[in-house]
Amino acid sequence: MILRSTINRLFDALTRRLDGPLMVAIVVMAAISVTIVFSASGGVSLDRALGQLRNFAVALVVMWVVANIPPQALMRLAIPIYLAGLAMLLGVALFGEIRNGARRWLSLGFMTLQPSEIMKIGMPLLLAWYFHRKEEGLQVKDYIIALAILLLPTALIVRQPDLGTAILVSSAGCFVIFFVGLPWKVLIGGGLAVAATLPFLWTKMHDYQQQRILTLLDPMQDPQGAGYHIIQSTIAIGSGGVFGKGWLNGSQAQLDFIPERSTDFILAVFGEEFGLLGNLLLLTLYLIIIGRGLMIAINAPTTFSRLLAGTITLSFFTYAFVNMGMVMGILPVVGVPLPLMSYGGSAILSLCIGFGILMSVSTHKQLVST
Amino acid sequence: MIGSTIKNREAELTLFRSRALVAGMAILIAFSIIAGRMLYLQVIKRGYYHTLAEANRISVLPVVPNRGLILDRNKEVLAANYSAYTLEVTPSLVKNLDKTLDELTPIVDIQPRDRRRLKRLLEESKNFESLPIRNRLSEEEVARFAVNRYRFPGFEIRARLFRSYPYGDVASHALGYISRINDADVKRIEAADLTTNYKGTDHIGKLGIEGSYENELHGNTGSEQVEIDAAGRAIRSLAKSEPFAGNNLTLTIDIKLQQVAELALLDKRGALVAIDPSNGEILALVSKPGFDPSLFVDGIDPVNWDLLNNSPDKPLLNRALRGAYPPGSTIKPFLALAALESGKRTPQQSIRDPGYFALPGVAHRWNDDKPGGHGVVDMYKSIVDSCDTYYYQLASETDIDKTADFLRLLGFGGKTGIDIDGEVIGVLPSRAWKEQRFAKGASDARKWYLGDSISTGIGQGYNAFTPMQLAHAIATVANGGTPWKPHLVKHITDATSGAIRLIEPERSAELPFKAANLAFIRNALAGVAKEGTSARAFANTSYVSAGKTGTAQVFGLKGEKYKEHRVNELLRDHAWYIAYAPADKPTIALAVLVENGGFGAQTAAPVARAVIDYHLLGKQPDPKKIKAIENDPAVND
Repeated sequence: MILRSTINRLFDALTRRLDGPLMVAIVVMAAISVTIVFSASGGVSLDRALGQLRNFAVALVVMWVVANIPPQALMRLAIPIYLAGLAMLLGVALFGEIRNGARRWLSLGFMTLQPSEIMKIGMPLLLAWYFHRKEEGLQVKDYIIALAILLLPTALIVRQPDLGTAILVSSAGCFVIFFVGLPWKVLIGGGLAVAATLPFLWTKMHDYQQQRILTLLDPMQDPQGAGYHIIQSTIAIGSGGVFGKGWLNGSQAQLDFIPERSTDFILAVFGEEFGLLGNLLLLTLYLIIIGRGLMIAINAPTTFSRLLAGTITLSFFTYAFVNMGMVMGILPVVGVPLPLMSYGGSAILSLCIGFGILMSVSTHKQLVST
Repeated sequence: MIGSTIKNREAELTLFRSRALVAGMAILIAFSIIAGRMLYLQVIKRGYYHTLAEANRISVLPVVPNRGLILDRNKEVLAANYSAYTLEVTPSLVKNLDKTLDELTPIVDIQPRDRRRLKRLLEESKNFESLPIRNRLSEEEVARFAVNRYRFPGFEIRARLFRSYPYGDVASHALGYISRINDADVKRIEAADLTTNYKGTDHIGKLGIEGSYENELHGNTGSEQVEIDAAGRAIRSLAKSEPFAGNNLTLTIDIKLQQVAELALLDKRGALVAIDPSNGEILALVSKPGFDPSLFVDGIDPVNWDLLNNSPDKPLLNRALRGAYPPGSTIKPFLALAALESGKRTPQQSIRDPGYFALPGVAHRWNDDKPGGHGVVDMYKSIVDSCDTYYYQLASETDIDKTADFLRLLGFGGKTGIDIDGEVIGVLPSRAWKEQRFAKGASDARKWYLGDSISTGIGQGYNAFTPMQLAHAIATVANGGTPWKPHLVKHITDATSGAIRLIEPERSAELPFKAANLAFIRNALAGVAKEGTSARAFANTSYVSAGKTGTAQVFGLKGEKYKEHRVNELLRDHAWYIAYAPADKPTIALAVLVENGGFGAQTAAPVARAVIDYHLLGKQPDPKKIKAIENDPAVND
């Protein structure tokens, strides 16, 4: 009896802050990811597959921890996290490490990290906190302040230069502003304004950035160079057909034709070996996660938790969409991993922190509403 | 508006929900686009991308067939293949070739000769082709290179098949050689629609048997489907269609006899063609000097090329087929036969030879080579002693066109039809020939004069024949009047089935010579060796041979007795000997030419003796004896 109740209590303590549907989808995705990483890393050595398994294990533990932090506590962390991220971005600009021609990394002595990653959480956190405080009525001034919160880190990231991350970070900020209720007229007007500045933006782009966009329009102009990634990944996916070539049997993947095949281009390996059916399963899992995320947001008790949950969900969607669009040749090549699929610890970790927040929001609402 | 405030929590929630709904719709639309793209790539365009993926993955490599072997009539191997490691380079992948070669030299021994050859190949070929630097690498060199390979991108070691010629320069003109395919060869291959079959083949036969029997020797190229990775490395073999090796050729040549003939010619320039008169099989085909065919196999280096190409001895000229020389006195027995056949002379009809021939009312005298003359000369003596005056007179009475028509029957002035390319027809003079030859000259120059006929009567003047033609003609006399088409290939062995295809001897024509006339000429030819001009060279033979000496003036010295030793070596007469043996039932007929050899009896007849001795008796030649006759002042025509 005692044993049984102990086990029950322990189980309850471990699971009460977890969200069932999200958890199931994430675990299924983790299993798929480990499987496909094994194939993408050559199908012989278990090193990468086990590494990915460890990445998920660590990230799920962190997720559990985050899920146990009540949203109020998260709110208190908003300013420190944002400021720390901003400080580090400034540090990068002043004495960051240059790799591949871009100044993105900050050496902390024992590790190097990309402060722009922190902003992916830090910016929506601060914006959600800001709008939560202004719950009683938003004025023009508030939007201007929000815009400043958004633009300051974005500008620093653009300067690194890292256009891809800048777009992802700023889009997270935009999602908050979108959810908070910025009128449609302004949204559409702003969109048009951004579109109008595109030609100007083009002239400010680096050669390689321009090249990526030109390549998207016509990958065949340089099939061995800039267009190679896109051509080989579309060949891989297309040749997979409906049922795929089978696990470990993708010729494009196994014979090295797909570059970055276990990281950014893992969808090409997956699509080649598991075909359209595999791809549709993947889309379905993404939709389940996104749908669940939006439901959590809608049911969230406070403005802060609502905005945060909605934004995390939309960001997750954005990563998936940008990566899939890139690998299938409908969006320019941007260094964005496929969420919960690509090999890499930090991406999975930051995603799981996001899921942890979602779960925290979903499991702490009773406390707040009463 | 922006300024308006939202007071109501319910209203705020509704606003959020409507935004979430919009976001959800947008997400669905976006995912529909992604799903549509997947559908497009994986269903609609699946075939297209499948083809591309297969093209990425599969590379079809040619599998080069083994080249057919060339054997002599006794199965001695004359041309074979061996496989060896070569170091090759693709120049387009190397930045500084000279510098890289310097760095490579301690690993693989690269001689200046190899560099010169590579330089030549570079000029001739396209940059993306793989070119050989060095062949026959030792195991140690292969191992050393393998360790250092990463330092030399663009360089590779390959196992390749090479051609070897175990007898070196022996019979080089008959065998020919193979050499790297050049632009002209590529055009020929394309014209013959053989491009597919030559994929992966680097070499092609250029001359002689190797050139003329290229289609038999090459074989059919197979192919192998290989799975390759993105770097182009072969991962595994998917399918293979085996090549069919080229057919083996068995020649009519007896390489031992060929060696004897080449040895007997000493270090002289010249040619020898020995034929089996009963069927036209060529037993020996010599042109000296020869060359080492293996020099060409991996691309000849410029130094050796210059040596071969610019040597005054012209080692690349196949004198047996392409050298046309005035026949000198060797033409006499054929002209005598013509006179018998036409009834212009009987064997008994004789002349008195004062040592010269003169025409009434013409001041010019045509000198006999014997001062004071041969006295009374009948046809037998005219051949045995090679009396010029007899033939001056005969020629002066015979129409040149009639003579030409007769000689044409014996194959003069035309191709003998030997089964390798390059044969020339020489000059068989006639009125029509002179008209055409001097078409651009004045009418005087185009006209045929009696004087022209008279010098032709002793094989001087315009006429010029190849050793091949003379060997063919004497073989026809030897066998009783059947001209067989000379050939070098006896049979062809199918490399796969082992089936043997015989090359049937072919008669060019059946000549209607009267048996008595032929018998008379053959008897006179036997007299030449027994008691005539070549008696010294054929002294003490255990067999009876027949022959005729000839000495072809390189240029005429009118009216003046020609003093051989006064003339520069290159202006010395060409020495001829035509022969067959045994005289009654010949198994060999031959023609020997020694360029600037002087008298036929001195330098050509001893060579013929050596060849016949070996053929009939198996006796090896003694160069000292050959020299002895050459230096004997008593021997002349």
